[in-house]
Amino acid sequence: MSGSKYIAYDALPSWLAGLAREALVYAPRREGKAVTYRPLAEGEMPELRQRPTESAKHVVFPRSEALFTFAKTPGKPGVSLEEPEEPGRVVVFGALSCDARGFFAFDPVYNGSGTSQYPSGALKDPYYLKRREKTLLIVRACAAPLATCFCHWVGGGPASDQGADVLATDVEGGLVLRAVTEQGGALLASLPDAATEQENAAAAAHAGAEEKMGEAPDLADAPKALAKLFENTAFWGKESAHCLSCGTCTYLCPTCYCFNITDESNGIAGARIRSWDNCMSPLFTLETSGHNPRIGKAARLKNRIGHKFSYYPQLHDGRFSCCGCGRCIKSCPSSVDVRKIVLEAIKEVANG
Amino acid sequence: MSIQEELKQAVRAALSDAACVIGWGPGPDALRATPLFMRGEEDADALHAGFLSVSNPALYLPEYKGSKTAVVAKGCDARSVMQLVSENLVKREEVVIIGYGCKGVIDVDKVAAKLAEVCEPGEVTALREEGEDVVLITPKGEVRLPKSGITADKCSRCRFPNALDADVFVGEKAHAPADEDDYADLTAFEALPMEERQAFWEKEMSRCIRCYACRNACPLCVCRDHCVATSREPHWVSQADGVRDKLFFQVIHASHLAGRCTGCGECERACPMGIPVLLFKRALSRRVERLFAYRAGVDEGTPPLLAFTLDEPTIKERDW
Repeated sequence: MSGSKYIAYDALPSWLAGLAREALVYAPRREGKAVTYRPLAEGEMPELRQRPTESAKHVVFPRSEALFTFAKTPGKPGVSLEEPEEPGRVVVFGALSCDARGFFAFDPVYNGSGTSQYPSGALKDPYYLKRREKTLLIVRACAAPLATCFCHWVGGGPASDQGADVLATDVEGGLVLRAVTEQGGALLASLPDAATEQENAAAAAHAGAEEKMGEAPDLADAPKALAKLFENTAFWGKESAHCLSCGTCTYLCPTCYCFNITDESNGIAGARIRSWDNCMSPLFTLETSGHNPRIGKAARLKNRIGHKFSYYPQLHDGRFSCCGCGRCIKSCPSSVDVRKIVLEAIKEVANG
Repeated sequence: MSIQEELKQAVRAALSDAACVIGWGPGPDALRATPLFMRGEEDADALHAGFLSVSNPALYLPEYKGSKTAVVAKGCDARSVMQLVSENLVKREEVVIIGYGCKGVIDVDKVAAKLAEVCEPGEVTALREEGEDVVLITPKGEVRLPKSGITADKCSRCRFPNALDADVFVGEKAHAPADEDDYADLTAFEALPMEERQAFWEKEMSRCIRCYACRNACPLCVCRDHCVATSREPHWVSQADGVRDKLFFQVIHASHLAGRCTGCGECERACPMGIPVLLFKRALSRRVERLFAYRAGVDEGTPPLLAFTLDEPTIKERDW
């Protein structure tokens, strides 16, 4: 763990302000009862106590973005189109390790790498990639899990540096920052080296956090089990009984990547936007004819769980489309617990 | 027999008649219960009604229309049932209300604020009730908090903590903390200059993620899959991520609830981003209360905005 840097908490606002001169810096920010990822005001201290309510995905995948704007000039033929401005560099300070790993679910969908079923010819999504390529993540390791955390069930860990450019760890009085990528290292150039004991303290914090995670159950049978339960309406009826079919789980999820495209116009000018959409909404599958193949919350919840733990892994080498951040459980108004559903699906199928 | 045992017995008894009883069971962490759907007698074993019984079981009743369903109900839950009944959205004879004396429910956001220096609410491993206090077991030791400091705001102004019109009432009736709702929160807010109020809502709504948990958690929002907010033909509300559209939806929501909202507060409680959206509804509830002398879920008769009379008895037009 050599070559780490150190920053005292007191110095954090001015260092972040320095980074903000080169890039748009998002950081956890307390707003009312929630913690968001937003640009900080000059000299503002990021929220370091309560973990962010939302994920950091909107930094790369905005809630809505204009693909182009259009306008018609009265009395003239044709429509003029304009491309949106190029996104600039972005740094996310204080992303959780689960947030960083969440982008791994997005990447193969949007970067054209294809799937095991469709290996080539997949389209690249320029809107996503432009932002993704310009975004650096300073991940802050978690010291302890919440009751709803399960990153270690799905390949992550509280101090995982996967997907991070820098890994920051809380030690006495400040943060030890270790560069994971070259670009991440460049962000740390102005900071002093960490002392050996600080590096040791960071390593001990990682080990301590990992120990607190407890045993992770084996989810290897989840894809097959969920596929088998596809027609089992009794199972899904029971599991979804308390679901409200709102979009909280989806919109707080670091791995949910679905969108909708609409033309939003006012008079003779407007924009074609793409905005977040979610499979818990009836409109997600509503067809032009008026037919909706996915009626009711049981079918919608089945899709959400099935997508993450069965359909996506079947297309992407067994990787789950879930980073275990637990936000869908923690913020669900009726405490629907994805862990419980997946484990019960495995059990249900194992018991025949 | 303890009140919890009596409630379980009442649930088992109700199951002889009702296909399902909705109450609360253990949730994903120590501060949260989850709605519990009891269909067999053994399901009642997991029931616990009390300080963590936050969600409103009346929400689910329209889904079960046509079959007899029972709810374990706080006073506010029962008011939602009564309002649904008065609008003919559920049939009274299809609902069994199992009431108990509610002494208020937890507000996890208030716990978060009290624990700020200690840990996050999700790190609390157990909660123990000791009289008027709760003791939270945290990684840094025990923390004792008076319940009064972590109880939902709606509970401190509650006039009907015991289910009105309960079919079965278990245990002693709870004492009502308030004689009337003085709308002090609303009065204080409305005393601010218009610009400040506008700025407040723009700031609050700016973190709305448009998940519509507020709408879907509302027991009186019965349009469900046919909401004007997400209708694409006609396309009333834009999909853009702007404060204007988010605020617009809240105004639609509150308007549709004028004279119907019973103040259960589930919209605000459900909001993952902690936006105080109940205040919109309270603004209209107070007006309806004053104009029509009508409190949704409490006063009998057709809700005032669902009907009209040639001479509204409480509106003195000629005096204006």
